[in-house]
Amino acid sequence: MSLTTNDVNKIAHLARLGIETQDTESYAKDLSGILDLMTQMGELNTDKVEPMAHPMDQAQRLRPDQITEENNRDKFMAIAPQTEDGLFLVPKVIE
Amino acid sequence: MEWETVIGLEIHTQLATQSKIFSGASTAYGAEPNTQACAVDLGLPGVLPVLNEDAVRKAVIFGMAINAHIAPYSIFARKNYFYPDLPKGYQISQMDHPIVGRGHLDIEVDGITKRIGITRAHLEEDAGKSLHENFHGLTGIDLNRAGTPLLEIVSEPEMSSAKEAVAYMRKLHELVRYLGICDGNMQEGSFRCDANVSVRPKGQVEFGTRAEIKNINSFKFVEKAINHEIERQIELIENGGKVVQETRLYDSVKDETRSMRSKEEANDYRYFPDPDLLPVIIDEDFKAQIKANLPELPHAKKLRFKTDYQLDDESATILTSSRALSDYFESVVKTSGSEAKLCANWVTGDLSAALNKADLEIDQSPINDERLAGMLARITDNTISGKIAKQVFEELWQSSASADEIIAEKGLKQITDTGAIEAIIDKIIADNQDQVEQYRSGKDKVFAFFVGQVMKEMKGKANPAEVNKILKEKLQG
Amino acid sequence: MHNKSLKELSHGLKNRDFSSVELTQEFLKRIKQHQDLNAYITVTEDLALQDALAADIRITNNQANPLTGIPVAQKDIFCTLNIKTSCGSKMLDNFKAPYNATVIEKFNLTGAVMLGKLNMDEFAMGSSNETSFYGAVKNPWNPNKVPGGSSGGSGAAVAARLAAYATGTDTGGSIRQPAALCGITGLKPTYGRVSRYGMIAYASSLDQGGPMTHSAEDAAIVLQTMAGFDPKDSTSVDISVPDYSATLNKPLTGLKIGLPKEFFSDELNADMAKKLTEAIDEYQKLGAEIKDISMPNLKLAIPAYYVIAPAECSANLSRFDGVRFGHRCANPVDLTDLYTRSRGEGFGKEVKRRILMGTYALSTGYYDAYYVKAQKIRRLISDDFKNALAEVDVIMGPVTPTPAFGIGEKMSDPVEMYLSDIYTIAINLAGLPAISIPAGFINDLPIGLQIIGNYFTEAQILNIAHQYQLITDWHKQTPKGFA
Repeated sequence: MSLTTNDVNKIAHLARLGIETQDTESYAKDLSGILDLMTQMGELNTDKVEPMAHPMDQAQRLRPDQITEENNRDKFMAIAPQTEDGLFLVPKVIE
Repeated sequence: MEWETVIGLEIHTQLATQSKIFSGASTAYGAEPNTQACAVDLGLPGVLPVLNEDAVRKAVIFGMAINAHIAPYSIFARKNYFYPDLPKGYQISQMDHPIVGRGHLDIEVDGITKRIGITRAHLEEDAGKSLHENFHGLTGIDLNRAGTPLLEIVSEPEMSSAKEAVAYMRKLHELVRYLGICDGNMQEGSFRCDANVSVRPKGQVEFGTRAEIKNINSFKFVEKAINHEIERQIELIENGGKVVQETRLYDSVKDETRSMRSKEEANDYRYFPDPDLLPVIIDEDFKAQIKANLPELPHAKKLRFKTDYQLDDESATILTSSRALSDYFESVVKTSGSEAKLCANWVTGDLSAALNKADLEIDQSPINDERLAGMLARITDNTISGKIAKQVFEELWQSSASADEIIAEKGLKQITDTGAIEAIIDKIIADNQDQVEQYRSGKDKVFAFFVGQVMKEMKGKANPAEVNKILKEKLQG
Repeated sequence: MHNKSLKELSHGLKNRDFSSVELTQEFLKRIKQHQDLNAYITVTEDLALQDALAADIRITNNQANPLTGIPVAQKDIFCTLNIKTSCGSKMLDNFKAPYNATVIEKFNLTGAVMLGKLNMDEFAMGSSNETSFYGAVKNPWNPNKVPGGSSGGSGAAVAARLAAYATGTDTGGSIRQPAALCGITGLKPTYGRVSRYGMIAYASSLDQGGPMTHSAEDAAIVLQTMAGFDPKDSTSVDISVPDYSATLNKPLTGLKIGLPKEFFSDELNADMAKKLTEAIDEYQKLGAEIKDISMPNLKLAIPAYYVIAPAECSANLSRFDGVRFGHRCANPVDLTDLYTRSRGEGFGKEVKRRILMGTYALSTGYYDAYYVKAQKIRRLISDDFKNALAEVDVIMGPVTPTPAFGIGEKMSDPVEMYLSDIYTIAINLAGLPAISIPAGFINDLPIGLQIIGNYFTEAQILNIAHQYQLITDWHKQTPKGFA
């Protein structure tokens, strides 16, 4: 399995990940190499195997419906790149 | 060509929990921006979600109310996309294993009952809000709403007109409020609707290409938006065009739908099980506990009202439309000891009209169940007539006095003492000999004149039946 | 002072042989002397001295716990209130966490003194500490060699005595591998034993924090503080924490040790095989029985891991978008530009590689072939361990295929780098606990022996490791120039 630079650009866009044009080639090569490693998996028949998402065979714990958090807006706004009037600012969102 | 419409609705209901679905921040509406967004809601590095029990309970209650399969095992998945109101870059939702499976809801349109299938209902977290006011050409992000629990209810594409869609939406709205799982406040976005609309030539089996209309937040707009979209699609096809699968936004000001190009590109959500959350296991105990506390459902209650209280269909329907109203009604019947029909007439009649006029809900009524019952009891024991009762009702609405206090204070007690009534009638007959002659010569209509005179003299407080009886005897001589 | 065990340090503090302030100053001095190792990203000198003063008062008041007043260094993946928490990335170079990780809270409560935050591979993605935005860490045993990763700063700091002990996190070997390459003891607990709250996620279903120390005896003390149920972490397991130090001296007579043939194949370096055989011989002397076992699906651990971990990381790292915290590009023209440039500038090459890999593995058309397939193989590997651990008490094997490799040696070939995790990765897929302990030297570079136990048997693993350390002194060796 090998990926083209075009594939890499598509994936990068999906992940909103800027990559330098001159690096695209090397990402394509690296990812193709990693995908080659993956082909081993295909050799094993796993039709009857249940996928395992988690090491612990446990149920989700439920939290009582209680308000435990207080307003920490100032603390959170202090570490944000751009804020105004208690809002996080981003370039104009067009719907 | 004749066209047929196919509509399916996806309704997002905010579950009425105190805290968020995965954090302990408040869900209260209307707070200052970002004051109810904690580290988990903001998706800060390292924080983790823990599931709110009440969100699960409310989802199960809904599932039971629509006779759906409750999944013993459901899982949360991440739906990946970038948007500034989505702090983590993914929404925690459910994909392959929703908590509520297939169920149904019966709607009525033009007197015909139709069963609409509900495909599924799943739990997910709400996103924040983008504020487009001018921040030097930037957009402001408020994440107070981020993490509010949502139950997304997905219907089968089984509605064939905007009217049916509205009926379904109303029925669902009524149900979630009745169950107490959602406050149903549409202005505040607690109950939101997306509609999938397609058209096909009548008789064709396969579906046409559908468009999804987003952001329809009132019953009126749902009907208008869908009708508009149907027209748009038919016109498009009849002019040789093709409907494209896309998301369209309803603009209530211009009354039109328009394409949302920004949301269209690259819709590859890459769902996968959220590794921060484990499978939600709903065992028989959990279900039994919910079932035991499940309120009587509207449909069952309506049937009971018809049999137990001998109400007609219309009154029963109105009275069971909300839990608060049916509780009010049943309390009035019980406390007043009056006939159910009389109670129903007052609750659905004068009281509802007054509430409507004042734009109040039943639980905000100035006349509580106890005070209305107090008045109805006096009608039943003949202390006041139905006519006088209207006057008492006015007073009840204005003041905080009880019906008995009002009756005593205003002297509205009905006179049933025949001696007193006879004395007045004798006087009136003596004063109006001409009319007596007319009556005796066969002019029956004059009888009403005498009733009027007596009532006037007695300020309306005489028992009408008693007055009729005595008048008739005396006039016949 | 810096060569003492935690027990000795605690005793010395209680005995007033030295104060916590003196001890802290000693380590701060050593950190400065050995800055060239690049083990620390942040040194919190003032705070450390304040904490030490408070600890001394606590000790005077006889309110000391076993770790009170003893200097620790934290991997920079744990969020620390108002202190830079970079995760080894430019993305978080400006990030001062507004809260403490649960693990940090636990250390604070016990009165530990934090010296600073340790270097690591960017977002814990790496096996050599070379992916750090803050540069490579040097191995104290040989400055031309890597210390391993991703907890490379932790491995180097403990080996060079720049902290009495450290924390690490392990997603595919990130505690055990640097422990092995730096000649220290590193324990990856059972998944769910140590809270992940406030520990910046790489791959949520695999990540686990644990102690990196000089000995198993020290690790038992540190794990005692780290372990325990946390209601803020849904994957934290609510079972009681045993006294890890209490069972260290249990005899090993009758202990059944399994040796998977897949771990000792021809691919294993001959010197390495020899050293491991010697270590296992010691266990036989201690009364253990050896059993050959097989875990046929082990060979698929690397491909399965390099689907699952990148898939989880691709979503976990989406929150780094330049909106609420962290790096934001200058003058974004629109939203897409804000995202792509902030992320493009903030993340290094290996992180990008894994995000791309994970995004690809989850995308339409590939999800079943990669992600679901990997989850199925994860099940098979986990079953292999279950079956093996039904027959034997513990499994032993190598930690790494070779001793520490040269800085720059494997950076050009990611696949080559990934293959160096071959002996550690499967354990994370299964969620089992495992320890790496020093088991000798090859060409003056330390190597590790790995002991893998059943779920929540940390006490037994520590006991087995401790018994070996009673009869060997590999763990007591100090790299030249750091004595």
